[in-house]
Amino acid sequence: MSDDLFYRPAREIADLVRSRKVSAADVARVHLDRIRTLDPKVRAFLSVRPDAPDGTPDGPLAGVPIALKDNLCTLDAPTTCASKILEKYRAPYEATVVTRLRAAGATIIGKTNLDEFAMGSSTENSAWGPSRNPWNLECVPGGSSGGSAAAVAAGFAAAGLGSDTGGSIRQPAALSGVVGFKPTYGRVSRHGLVAFASSLDQVGPLTRDVRDAALLMSVMGGHDPLDSTSLPGAPPDYLGSLERDPQGMRIGLPKEYFAEGLHPEVRSRAMEALRLLEKRGAKLVEVALPMTRFGISTYYIVAPAEASSNLARYDGVHYGHRTPAPVDLMDLVSRSRAEGFGPEVRRRIILGTFVLSSDRIDAYYHRAQKVRRLIARDFEQAFQQCDVIAGPTSPTAAFRVGEKASDPLSMYLCDVYTVGANLAGLPGASVPCGFTSGGLPVGLQVLGPPLDDLAVLQTARAVERELGPSARRPAL
Amino acid sequence: MALDPESLRRLAHLARLRLSDAELAAYGTQIGAILEHLEELKKLDVAGVPPLDHAVDLSDVRRDDEPRPGLSPEAALGNAPTTTGPFFTVPRILDLP
Repeated sequence: MSDDLFYRPAREIADLVRSRKVSAADVARVHLDRIRTLDPKVRAFLSVRPDAPDGTPDGPLAGVPIALKDNLCTLDAPTTCASKILEKYRAPYEATVVTRLRAAGATIIGKTNLDEFAMGSSTENSAWGPSRNPWNLECVPGGSSGGSAAAVAAGFAAAGLGSDTGGSIRQPAALSGVVGFKPTYGRVSRHGLVAFASSLDQVGPLTRDVRDAALLMSVMGGHDPLDSTSLPGAPPDYLGSLERDPQGMRIGLPKEYFAEGLHPEVRSRAMEALRLLEKRGAKLVEVALPMTRFGISTYYIVAPAEASSNLARYDGVHYGHRTPAPVDLMDLVSRSRAEGFGPEVRRRIILGTFVLSSDRIDAYYHRAQKVRRLIARDFEQAFQQCDVIAGPTSPTAAFRVGEKASDPLSMYLCDVYTVGANLAGLPGASVPCGFTSGGLPVGLQVLGPPLDDLAVLQTARAVERELGPSARRPAL
Repeated sequence: MALDPESLRRLAHLARLRLSDAELAAYGTQIGAILEHLEELKKLDVAGVPPLDHAVDLSDVRRDDEPRPGLSPEAALGNAPTTTGPFFTVPRILDLP
């Protein structure tokens, strides 16, 4: 029994545990063994739980091993954000999503690698070194939730949690061949998610199929009084309402998402998947998102601005790294921060400080906020012609470790199709839609209007159903 | 359009980051290239467009004013690099006689 527990859907593991065919401790043990044997190649985890759980959990996620991105606060493990500045930090409280997973019976199997403070698209900006893509260890898993994506792809966990500020769940899901879902802004609580850019950040699941993503969303979603941006009310039963006939579905294809810069094989895989839905009666309609080309610039003003403000709390006084023997308070703060933050985080803090400085704020930050409105209006207009929008998640499949590391701008441009959903607060999924000739996974992105998370999940599920189950596994 | 070292030094001071000369030089070039890319926003006419600072239209969120437990002083101070009694400590900031 235990050998075939890897790569089982989360809902099947929960069934086995609830019916006492296997114990949560056994499930945890076989996954911990696999991590111990194979994670030295992948480096998905920053910390792993030391022992199997005892007791007999019940609930919708009974015994399901889940990997958490290490920017989610947990009481019984470090929360480092892959930053030296939080190397020794122990959160005094737990993220709401983690509490809800535990209450549903899940086993937290470990905390995963990320780009420091979730700033990056490759998981290379980690103070503890890059994670690797299980499909090709020379390649990045994407980022910033690359550790969780790699852990799920490698069978180290049945599911993972990530956070998505500009694509950080969807892009690594695409590059690592798993499902990633970023909910409507406010659908999932941010309480206990270490803040990067608060108006954009959203927690979501990474899973091996859409049904598991729906299951996790049903457990995690819903109002949280501890997050004042949390939406009121309870989410619908995503899993129970997931199967939908594509007949009559209107799927918008933004011409800007299929323009210059898109790798031809990524385009082919995305179009092949969409044609399958068309055969089943879905209507593919061309839509325009003319502001797409301004998305990256808007994002790289808004996100660093919010980050420079959020990260002001790391001062060497309250928690986190403190420089030894400071001469005065200014020296204490400035040196603690310079020593504790890595190069990309420092770069973004400087950029954020620049766009917020009194002589630049109108030309940069205030202007970007207005363009953000235009981007949101673009989507509103497009959704008058279609129910969901679809296209490639990322312009390319996984790139090689180091390939873009010395040119931050080229890395930022990877996020061209994903930042729009964050700026406009939309739900979005990435669902696997095949492989390149080089054997690297390709992801199809589905975006929906605000609050219509269900339509996004239904469309992603329809793609998955039409493509059929894939027997391909990474060779580790 | 590299950012000159003096402007960068000022930004680093505002951001409370002590950067070396080598870092200032590298960031000057990289941030310059990013700023050049951001110039494209200036082509857009945004006159009369209301800014969007938040995607969800929630404001004045309230809850009942009921006391509930918070962090204990021990938990709140537990991660502090240095403490004295129930206080965080910093280097002396006033010259006292």
